[in-house]
Amino acid sequence: MDSFTQRRRRDLILAAALAAIAACVPLFVKDVYVQNIMVLTLMYAALSQAWNILGGYCGQISLGHALYFGLGAYTTALLFTKFGVLPWFGMLGGGIISALIALALGYPTFRLRGHYFVIATIVIAEIGFLLFHNWDYAGAALGIDIPVRGDSWAKFQFTRSKLPFYYFALVFCCVAWFITWWLEDSKWGFWWRAVKDNPDAAESLGVVVFNSKMGAAAVSAFLTAIGGAFYAQFVSYIDPESVMTFQFSLLMALPAVLGGIGTLWGPVLGAVILIPMTELTRSFIGGSGRGVDLILYGAVIVVISLARPDGLIGLFSRRPASKGVPQ
Amino acid sequence: MTTPLLETRGVWQRFGGLIANSDVSISVGAGEIVGLIGPNGAGKSTLFNLIAGVLPPTQGTIWFNGENVTQMPAAERCQRGIARTFQVVKSFETMTVIDNVIVGALIRNEKMRDARRKAHEVLEFCGLAPRADKLARDLIPSEKRRLEVARALATEPKLLMLDECLTGLTPLEAQSGVALVRKVRETGVTVLMVEHVMEIVMPLVDRAIVLNLGKKLVEGKPADVVRHPEVISAYLGDRHAVGA
Repeated sequence: MDSFTQRRRRDLILAAALAAIAACVPLFVKDVYVQNIMVLTLMYAALSQAWNILGGYCGQISLGHALYFGLGAYTTALLFTKFGVLPWFGMLGGGIISALIALALGYPTFRLRGHYFVIATIVIAEIGFLLFHNWDYAGAALGIDIPVRGDSWAKFQFTRSKLPFYYFALVFCCVAWFITWWLEDSKWGFWWRAVKDNPDAAESLGVVVFNSKMGAAAVSAFLTAIGGAFYAQFVSYIDPESVMTFQFSLLMALPAVLGGIGTLWGPVLGAVILIPMTELTRSFIGGSGRGVDLILYGAVIVVISLARPDGLIGLFSRRPASKGVPQ
Repeated sequence: MTTPLLETRGVWQRFGGLIANSDVSISVGAGEIVGLIGPNGAGKSTLFNLIAGVLPPTQGTIWFNGENVTQMPAAERCQRGIARTFQVVKSFETMTVIDNVIVGALIRNEKMRDARRKAHEVLEFCGLAPRADKLARDLIPSEKRRLEVARALATEPKLLMLDECLTGLTPLEAQSGVALVRKVRETGVTVLMVEHVMEIVMPLVDRAIVLNLGKKLVEGKPADVVRHPEVISAYLGDRHAVGA
């Protein structure tokens, strides 16, 4: 009991310390390009944390989270450009719409097991992409240009500095982390891990497997949509290509997989390594680099899954006594 | 006898052309230890799964605590007080031993703190307390069996169903398993156990129900059951039954 509480407290302190350090970094890093990478890193850390709730804790591997990301981005952009609704409400609305859609999609798909579920998520996200690609009201393939109305927190637009976006991303990342931390020691957290490890046994212990999956999907989709809404404001121009492609689904899943799937710190660790690597390879290799970053991911994932199947977090194992070979 | 805790009435289960259970009616009274025995393929596990709620029977009804639970899913039956273990252990491998048990305890405890306390009590009861912080996958087989029992007990069942939980253990391990089952019964929990190792179950159970070829063959006191000619013939073949 004591070691457990201690570990939870240590995680919390470590997170607070890291957040404080991250908050100070812009004081020393003035380069806009580097700041841009930092914003994306924090955003993907948060998104991967959200993905990890469904894919890592609950074990329902989704490769279609771009759908929720896109829904968040589009809801915010559409509400703002068509009705003048402030992005903050769009963000919330996008989150709620995504959660509801996740529940609607979960209703049939959570009866599928294993690979079938993964395939279903890819297909559904692809359908979403095609719908937006052809939906004239939402700009179809041209997308939506979010008009600049001057820098303000109310409109969540900043043209002169990236710092406000950086701090929002930092808060978003902290919130996603904290929600995960909190869920980890809740009924839901335990149900999800049980469902992942063995659904039959979970059911026999009174866990309603279907409902558990639905809960995880809703939370995960909600947070992912918040990220999408943020991204729309950050880049101020969205089209289906830039927010709903399969690549985004991958980018949300990979940090968690790389860092340690179903762990509290995995997504953060994975994002901190993966996202800068992606951005740097892209800029070094230049315009023709599209795809090379993905090849690099592939290589990293292969190496990690061979050497550290538990993810990089395994290098900082918290449980040296019981990990590895039993004595 | 007063109303039994568990009753199956004319239960049938067909899998395509195969009849796994035909017209099985059994009852288990509160506080009993009942053994469900029979040779391989007798339909024990099928009946067990029907009672646990893995699937509904093709025909017939299942009653628990005076309530018809025939169509109830497994999770709901657990809520009503039926807990089970699995023949092939199904631990939550990536979770610690204590976390495995907490999952079971959550059904009766709203607060995490209470569930955790309950789980620690159950681990103590089952003799697994020293292993609490190990990962389930690092346990040895006999400990995994114990964990199955602990997890089930954490749901505070009225009826504990054990599916061959003593099979494949060393004699010493089996003996301490038997002691654990007795201890469980002393706490007021009714036990229904499937076993096919006769010499382990017979001294332990109050009553034995023998299934053969999907049908109920005999039921009664263990000592009578083992002498029953039909039971001997089911286990050993007709030749051996002649002298009995």
